[in-house]
Amino acid sequence: MARKLLLQHENVPGINTFEVYRKNGGYASVEKALKSMTPDEVMEEVKKSGLRGRGGAGFPAGMKWSFLDRKSEKPRYLVCNADESEPGTFKDRYLMEKIPHLLIEGMITSSYSLGANTSYIYVRGEYMYVISILEKAIEEAYAAGFLGKNILGTSYSLDLYVQPGGGAYICGEETALLESLEGKRGNPRLKPPFPAIAGLYASPTVVNNVETIAAVVPIVNQGGDEYAKIGVGKSTGTKLISASGHINKPGVYEIELGLPVEEFIYSEEYCGGIWKGRKMKAVVAGGSSVPILPTDLILKTAKGEQRLMTYESLSDGGFVSGTMLGSGGFIVLDETACIVQHLHTFARFYHHESCGQCSPCREGTGWMEKVIHRIEHGHGHQGDIDLLVDVAKKIEGNTICPLGDAAAWPVASAIRHFREEFEYHIKYPEKVKNPKHFELEPFVSEKSLVTA
Amino acid sequence: MTDTKTIEFSATTKALVDRILKRYPEGRQKSALLPLLHLAQAEFGGWLSVPTMDYVASVLNIKPIEVYEVASFYTMYNLNPVGKCLIEVCRTGPCMLRGANDIIEHIENKLGIKEGETTADGKFTLKTVECLGSCGTAPMLQCGADYYENLTNEKVDKLIEKWNSINDHSTYMRSNRVEL
Amino acid sequence: MAKVTIDGIEIEVPDGTSILNAARMIGGDVVPPAMCYYSTLKETGGKCRVCLVKVTQGSAKDPRPMPKLVASCRTNVMDGMVVQNITSPEVLEARKGVVEFLLINHPLDCPICDQAGECDLQNLAYEHGAAKTRYEEDRRTFEKIDIGDKIKLHMNRCILCYRCTFVADQLTNNRVHGVLNRGDHSEISTYIEKAVDNDFSGNMIDVCPVGALTDKTFRFKQRVWFTNPMDAHRDCPKCSGKVVLWMKGEEVLRVTARKDQYAEVKEYICNECRYDHKDITHWKVEGPRHIDRGSVISQNHYERIDLQKLKKEVERQLEFQKGKPLPEPNSLNA
Ligand SMILES: Cc1cc2nc3c(=O)[nH]c(=O)nc-3n(C[C@H](O)[C@H](O)[C@H](O)COP(=O)(O)O)c2cc1C
Ligand code: SF4
Ligand code: SF4
Ligand code: FES
Ligand code: FES
Repeated sequence: MARKLLLQHENVPGINTFEVYRKNGGYASVEKALKSMTPDEVMEEVKKSGLRGRGGAGFPAGMKWSFLDRKSEKPRYLVCNADESEPGTFKDRYLMEKIPHLLIEGMITSSYSLGANTSYIYVRGEYMYVISILEKAIEEAYAAGFLGKNILGTSYSLDLYVQPGGGAYICGEETALLESLEGKRGNPRLKPPFPAIAGLYASPTVVNNVETIAAVVPIVNQGGDEYAKIGVGKSTGTKLISASGHINKPGVYEIELGLPVEEFIYSEEYCGGIWKGRKMKAVVAGGSSVPILPTDLILKTAKGEQRLMTYESLSDGGFVSGTMLGSGGFIVLDETACIVQHLHTFARFYHHESCGQCSPCREGTGWMEKVIHRIEHGHGHQGDIDLLVDVAKKIEGNTICPLGDAAAWPVASAIRHFREEFEYHIKYPEKVKNPKHFELEPFVSEKSLVTA
Repeated sequence: MTDTKTIEFSATTKALVDRILKRYPEGRQKSALLPLLHLAQAEFGGWLSVPTMDYVASVLNIKPIEVYEVASFYTMYNLNPVGKCLIEVCRTGPCMLRGANDIIEHIENKLGIKEGETTADGKFTLKTVECLGSCGTAPMLQCGADYYENLTNEKVDKLIEKWNSINDHSTYMRSNRVEL
Repeated sequence: MAKVTIDGIEIEVPDGTSILNAARMIGGDVVPPAMCYYSTLKETGGKCRVCLVKVTQGSAKDPRPMPKLVASCRTNVMDGMVVQNITSPEVLEARKGVVEFLLINHPLDCPICDQAGECDLQNLAYEHGAAKTRYEEDRRTFEKIDIGDKIKLHMNRCILCYRCTFVADQLTNNRVHGVLNRGDHSEISTYIEKAVDNDFSGNMIDVCPVGALTDKTFRFKQRVWFTNPMDAHRDCPKCSGKVVLWMKGEEVLRVTARKDQYAEVKEYICNECRYDHKDITHWKVEGPRHIDRGSVISQNHYERIDLQKLKKEVERQLEFQKGKPLPEPNSLNA
């Protein structure tokens, strides 16, 4: 069995209550940090751990913390990003729902290190029932003296609040999140200034993902060096993976980084293989935004090396033959899945979620969705595929925030690796009239029609 | 300004609003806008009318346009009336892979409405939504604060049957969990 | 002070100057176009993306290139920065893309648009647009609405530069219009029927880069290039009183603020000057206004700008760069 640092108590009955959580060693990191460590020492441990942001970008957490403007007179804030809306990602919900105190503990220890006396957890509005769970847990933590004035009799005080979103994927982007938390439209800000200098209420702010903050707990408890022993190279520690799609055992798994992708998909401990005894066609390994890869490239890199669940291994090959670990939203497609249809749901998603502030994303996402829609329904024409590639290229890198890139990559990669399926849709409109066309006849057996 | 006299939060909600306002530093009360809009929507019929939004603006002492701008940005705020029971089915990739389209079609047939419509008796509105963070238990739907997961046509039938028998239905934001 | 090189031309500018403004100090062809930035309105810029440029050297201290193209209007220069605008094929390609994006949902109703002839989008499209649209879908449409009795909003033409909302925020004390909805459903609106009524609200018309906000007191009276612009002023207690009168014979058809060569108003005018003094005797006329920006009014009407010259310059620079392959815009392992 792999080591678990976040979910080791997930099946302990009542672990969502303060009492049981505390009995199982909960809040030890708060005691340790507040009573025996300086804020900077806590940050040093986080740096040593090599922990990288678990929200998608994988930016080293300790380094981000060190950028926080400590010279400013203004109050500092820690804001937890629990907006979790990237299709294929549901690990934060699982963690908050099952072990809410782990996040709260992480928030206290991290806020102490950053010198924040007010912190917020911004939760997507749709997770309303999770908000109730968190609020109840926060109340318990206040009652036990882990929140509020003079925590554990020290001079450190912290107030922690939960803020609901209103339904907008873009509020997962950290500056859009801050705008939203200020009661505004979720339009991402232009950077610089970065939140570390001018974030929430123009004050120095750190925004971290739920899982990142939760990981601070074991890091402080066992020390950064110990944490860094898990994993491979710059991918240290454990990672929560949300597994979905055509697998036998969808769900949230805590893995040690470095696990071979093949083992993750086929072992009984994790996904349990492809459902219905079918073959795998493709994987979206890190949430909807990352490039989709066909079976051969997800199991092995272009160089023929075994692909591992690490930031580096998954991105080996760059955009030509690699992908990204992203948020860890692992979506598996079997041989009956239609790449075009699947892509259309993503294109529709990004079109729906664009904030509309900058022109390439506002106009380009809608355009791509419409073109993919017509290809999917057998109304596409030659030229549409190249048009899509070109539109995606003109969005990518030219927008205010990375949502533009996130919309472009799935399109570009689907065409790069599955161009024949697009051509099939264009050449044989009558064959794709039935939306379940590849369930009736998997594409592999039709492929020769477009490749011959 | 539209007449907002007729619209007012209940005493309990007002107390909650006061508590929410204290979460933010002095002068940053606009931060309470999203939570307040949720409360207003729950209290005033499941949607946000202009007088409701103007009332929220007056509570926070901000301009009405600031409320309209925000309310129209976020998908959870309904700017038009919806049925008493709002069914939101996820349609994004992972759910689609596990049969969301069939579930949507089944509900459409069952209720005799299309996605985006409300039944004639005003009881049900069917919406399709983007990923609700429940892809591992797909297909799924949300009603009120509750998630219903690993859906099958049979489960949907049972849910609709139970919902049909409930008379008071203002489910927005509240848990009204129906056990299957 | 910071030394910056733009398309091979070096200039020294005060710290905190944006790349766009540094380019404007040089002037001429190296100045990036700007559709959303507006020098006299705070916080504008960054949205339209037509001003994207390439930074090939970040600064003297940190000479690494910037990984992506940057919005020149909102990126400040650093000492030793090297920037490419028209000498970068990548920039020109991206800009062409942005112009196409701005046009796919645009109604292209220039023949009946009041702004035609002084429209920044029209000018931009002439310079950078492709001749043929690749967009086959239905264009987005909105109803025309009145916002107040003097301003018509033709949302179909709006490019969502947000300038008018900044005018309402920064020049008036009661903003009643704003951006509603999101994504490509975003629209400028008051949401409810509400008049925009304020001493300085008329400036929204002048800052609008396209024909989305137009002066109802002028609409359809005349194509701009048949009118005669005259600088004039009056003593006004509310504003500078410095305006341009758009005349036909002795008749004042329209009053606007004065725009500089980048189509920007430096001194805003009040609604009284704009709407209530359409009588030549109310004004001290200074003389004909010289319109020197890239507008078609100054370009012999519908003649193209000098594309040939631009192309030559690009070719020259390409020659210069030969052998240096352009880096991929995005590399995953960076
Ligand atoms: C469009 C978009 C959506 C995002 N959504 C999320 C999200 O839902 N949750 C999250 O933690 N980070 C999200 N991010 C990443 C955040 O901007 C930010 O990098 C992250 O919260 C930082 O935390 P970390 O360093 O702990 O990962 C998103 C980014 C973009 C561009
Ligand atoms: S890239 Fe898209 S989501 Fe991001 S700021 Fe621009 S329009 Fe908004
Ligand atoms: S109406 Fe004009 S000024 Fe206002 S956002 Fe649209 S284009 Fe810009
Ligand atoms: S795709 Fe439906 S919940 Fe994620
Ligand atoms: S002018 Fe710079 S982005 Fe619009």
